[in-house]
Amino acid sequence: MSMKLSTRQVDGVTIVDCSGRITLGEGSVMMRDTVRDLLAKGNKKIVLNLGDVNYIDSSGIGELVSAFTTTKNQGGELKLLNLTKKVHDLLQITKLYTVFDVKEDEAAAVKAFK
Amino acid sequence: MEQAISYTLDSTLETVDHAEEKASRIATELGFAEDEVMQISMAVREGAVNAVLHGNAYAPDKKVTLAFERTPEDLVITIRDQGKGIDLGCIPNPLAPENLLKTSGRGIFLMRSFMDVVEIRPSQTGTEIKLIKHVRGSSAAGKEGSQ
Repeated sequence: MSMKLSTRQVDGVTIVDCSGRITLGEGSVMMRDTVRDLLAKGNKKIVLNLGDVNYIDSSGIGELVSAFTTTKNQGGELKLLNLTKKVHDLLQITKLYTVFDVKEDEAAAVKAFK
Repeated sequence: MEQAISYTLDSTLETVDHAEEKASRIATELGFAEDEVMQISMAVREGAVNAVLHGNAYAPDKKVTLAFERTPEDLVITIRDQGKGIDLGCIPNPLAPENLLKTSGRGIFLMRSFMDVVEIRPSQTGTEIKLIKHVRGSSAAGKEGSQ
């Protein structure tokens, strides 16, 4: 299953609903382009909803890191929402779980933005 | 799966997907548990990414060889490229604080995390990565031998 992304606004926060695979190639490129477009349009409060992401490889992990640092460097904030067990475990073993701001509830994620 | 099977693949992104699919199918056929199948297929994917991108650099005249062998104790997977050979001394630790926010450099780490043994043999004519997963219940449990 290839990557699908859709965006929606909730109280000034952009939620990016992701589904499928974030892997080398199309999935990673889509993620990068979407975050860059959002930042270019001034949307700097971003939540990546990964609830339907069933697979991620090292390139996908790199893309999450890139999205996080790019957003931060532009004065924004990016949070991760609804990690599947696979993605959660990967972020744990790569020690990135504590780097990202991870939320399990969308309302809490939206509320957490300053 | 027969005792051993090998494939010669082009240096393309499709090869990465195909290698992952073949690993997943073979590991499933051999009776590995679902989480082990995921680990094996992911390690093979990362090995294939290394071969296609960093080894052969997408060169159309260079091939990737992917081989699966079933021994009584192990599933042994070998991935060979025809690149210049990676420099093992130049692979940073992705868990080091200064590397945590790097966007690449986690492939070999993930292979080592998911497999029981990972052997990497670079040469001037390419790199060979051997990935070994012990069959559950065999005597050779643990992570010994990882380089």
